[in-house]
Amino acid sequence: MQLIDRFLPHGTHYDFIRYRWVAFCVTAVLILGSFTSIAVKGFNFGIDFAGGILVEAQSTTGPADLHAMRATLGHLGLGEVSLQEFGTTGRDVMIRVQRQDGDEKAQMSALTKVKASLGEGYTYRRVEIVGPKVGGELVRDGVWAVVLALAAIAMYVWFRFEWQFGVGALVSTFHDVITTFGLFSITGLEFNLTTVAAILTIAGYSVNDTVVEYDRVRENLRKFKSMSLYDLLNLAVNETLARTILTVSTVFVTVLALLFVGGEVLRGFSIAMLWGLIIGTFSSIYVAMPMLIYFNLRTGKAAEEAETAESAEGGPATP
Amino acid sequence: MNHFPKWKIALVAIISMLGVIFASPNMLSRERADQMPHWFQPVSLGLDLQGGSYLLLEVDTAYVFREQLSSLVEGVRTVLRKEKVKYSDLGAKGDLVSVRIIEAEERAKARELLRKIDSSASVDAKDDGTMVLKYSDVAVKARKAAAIEQSLEIVRRRIDELGTREPSIQRQGEDRIVVQLPGVKDPDRIKALLGKTAKLTFHLLDDSTSADEAAKGRVPPGSMLLPSAEKERGMPETYVVRKRIEVGGDMLVDSKATYNEGRPVVSFRFNAAGAKKFGDATRENAGKFLAIVLDDKVISAPRINEPILGGSGIISGSFSVQQAQDLSLLLRAGALPAPLQVLEERTVGPDLGADSIQAGAVASLLGLALVVVLMIIVYGTLGALADLAMVLNLILLLASLSALGATLTLPGIAGVVLTMGMAVDANVLIYERMREEQRNGRSIMSAIQAGYDRAFGTIFDAHVTTLVAAALLFQFGSGPIRGFAVTLTLGLLASLFTAVLVNRIMVVSWVRWRRLKSLPLA
Repeated sequence: MQLIDRFLPHGTHYDFIRYRWVAFCVTAVLILGSFTSIAVKGFNFGIDFAGGILVEAQSTTGPADLHAMRATLGHLGLGEVSLQEFGTTGRDVMIRVQRQDGDEKAQMSALTKVKASLGEGYTYRRVEIVGPKVGGELVRDGVWAVVLALAAIAMYVWFRFEWQFGVGALVSTFHDVITTFGLFSITGLEFNLTTVAAILTIAGYSVNDTVVEYDRVRENLRKFKSMSLYDLLNLAVNETLARTILTVSTVFVTVLALLFVGGEVLRGFSIAMLWGLIIGTFSSIYVAMPMLIYFNLRTGKAAEEAETAESAEGGPATP
Repeated sequence: MNHFPKWKIALVAIISMLGVIFASPNMLSRERADQMPHWFQPVSLGLDLQGGSYLLLEVDTAYVFREQLSSLVEGVRTVLRKEKVKYSDLGAKGDLVSVRIIEAEERAKARELLRKIDSSASVDAKDDGTMVLKYSDVAVKARKAAAIEQSLEIVRRRIDELGTREPSIQRQGEDRIVVQLPGVKDPDRIKALLGKTAKLTFHLLDDSTSADEAAKGRVPPGSMLLPSAEKERGMPETYVVRKRIEVGGDMLVDSKATYNEGRPVVSFRFNAAGAKKFGDATRENAGKFLAIVLDDKVISAPRINEPILGGSGIISGSFSVQQAQDLSLLLRAGALPAPLQVLEERTVGPDLGADSIQAGAVASLLGLALVVVLMIIVYGTLGALADLAMVLNLILLLASLSALGATLTLPGIAGVVLTMGMAVDANVLIYERMREEQRNGRSIMSAIQAGYDRAFGTIFDAHVTTLVAAALLFQFGSGPIRGFAVTLTLGLLASLFTAVLVNRIMVVSWVRWRRLKSLPLA
């Protein structure tokens, strides 16, 4: 089966760890850039979080006249109204109306006004109204979900490995989450509930990747007692390189399928996942791994375990 | 451990078969599926896929409390008047009711009287003769809880009256109600119906003063100024109405929309107690005007010409046919104890839902095809075996969604697609490990064993961390996002079974059958 060799390298000796400073710089730039953009530009919150009205209207009489619609809706005094055409037929229009001042009833009456002023000739494929109360709660729940996910994942890795690994997993996952926030801030992609789902999935995926690498590090720590940490980390990355490439490829093609044929509603989710896939793989190798160099991994429990493992197995398993 | 005990193989076979059985209803048409027993049903689709309306309602519990206080005020007024105790400054202030008893010698007696009104309210007497009545926290909570339960029941009845297919009405959190209406395209009428408390009461008009006088702020105590429901020429715009309720709508047993003199009206019938009260009220007050009040608006105020003893009557107003129908529906279903507010509405038209299903299906099939091909290109037969395990994973996922009655949403489909990508990861880890072990000189069976055993720890950890994220998504997410968390969780659990155990049995059987001396992994 020669094809495997063409696709999957084995026995490589790339020196990944050597470029850690370049990687740290890239990481620092990404994180700083994300924070800056979030602070300066903020997010393009969808109605899930900002509250407001979203109407997906389809013209029943040929292509929608965006100009006319904009003029009619602009004069309703509902504040910011944005219209966006999508799809291939030119009949679909996404109408977003900002959150109305006042309570929930104000949102409902604004929707009535929008429908009344568009009149006949449109069917409503989707209508969403989120009042101010719920929007605030969804923000709070979203923040909690992300924070708790990070904490729980770090705890689990700490519990299964050592605290150093827990810290490494936390930092690299945090990095992925922050830069995904940054991506949404910089590009102005709509940030909504599905985005939060994507971010949590990214966190799960990224730590999954990190765990695979760490698992190999832990195993090698037991196997090669005298190898320097630098070489040991490089070895772990190289040993798992084939797996990394193949797994990234399989997830990549499925996410591509989602992105291109999954429809309008899933677009934001797919873009976030695609980004998360790339950044998650990068951070597992270049953030989570080199960080371990700065922790003294061979003291304490890890060293003890290494010794007991070796005496039990009667020396390293590899020839 | 490359020999599998019979029970293990039997277990795998049984689980796989159950998977196929429970997944099979999804092949049926909608009509056929409807005839099947409830445990043999296709996966239920979320509103975003089948179309429908989701409404999040909130019960105004502050209103419930205000009502509770104002009925206490009326109770105090009635008792003190009946016993001819002189009082002043009666009213609700914040969360308490206070009244001042003027004569010092009546205070002790008044205190006893006030105590008897409501056992859940405490009475404190102050030195200047002011009595303060306060509900205990328990009483307030109980009243609110009862109001929410009652609201739930009324919402259910109103929606049932409309004849919606398979509505789901659930309580959420403290004071919220989630209404899901599959297939409803335009929830405006439902929202309008739910937006009315429909509290119907009969009051006497206060003829001691005119509406104009009252409008200037001189409303006699015990009366109130209410607007007219319909602005019509020749009708007064406001009425002065006694606060005392002669009969309440809670005593209605039936209500119908009908015609009287060619105009739509609503007829009603009281229960026995209501009929007696209504009869007494109309007998004692013949010649006076009886205001029919709905949600603090006067529908009409006809003169009582003769006692109405049969317990039934009609409400005439300027109704359209639809309005008469809606009003009779609301009266049949009963009044809400407090107003409801729509906090969130999400409506998806059925054609958009169908488009989403199609897009989801195409994306899934394309993703599946790509993964299958990629795995076969890279691993050959072993790749095909991993693909088989993945397909079984998808079948089990579909089966468990169907059997558990979980809801498949559009993000849920994304979860399915992602599961495919991540499920083969387990096999990639195993195969890479086997390849490594073989290269290190192990025999084929020992390489297989080492591959599965050593990769398992990694696979397990990797699955748990993703499950943690999924669990939090479920906890904090809502609606469609929960659907995503559910599919992701079930898919991951299934993959622990298929990618590790099932795949291992397949690989070992294949190696034995072909009598391979080494794995086709360079």
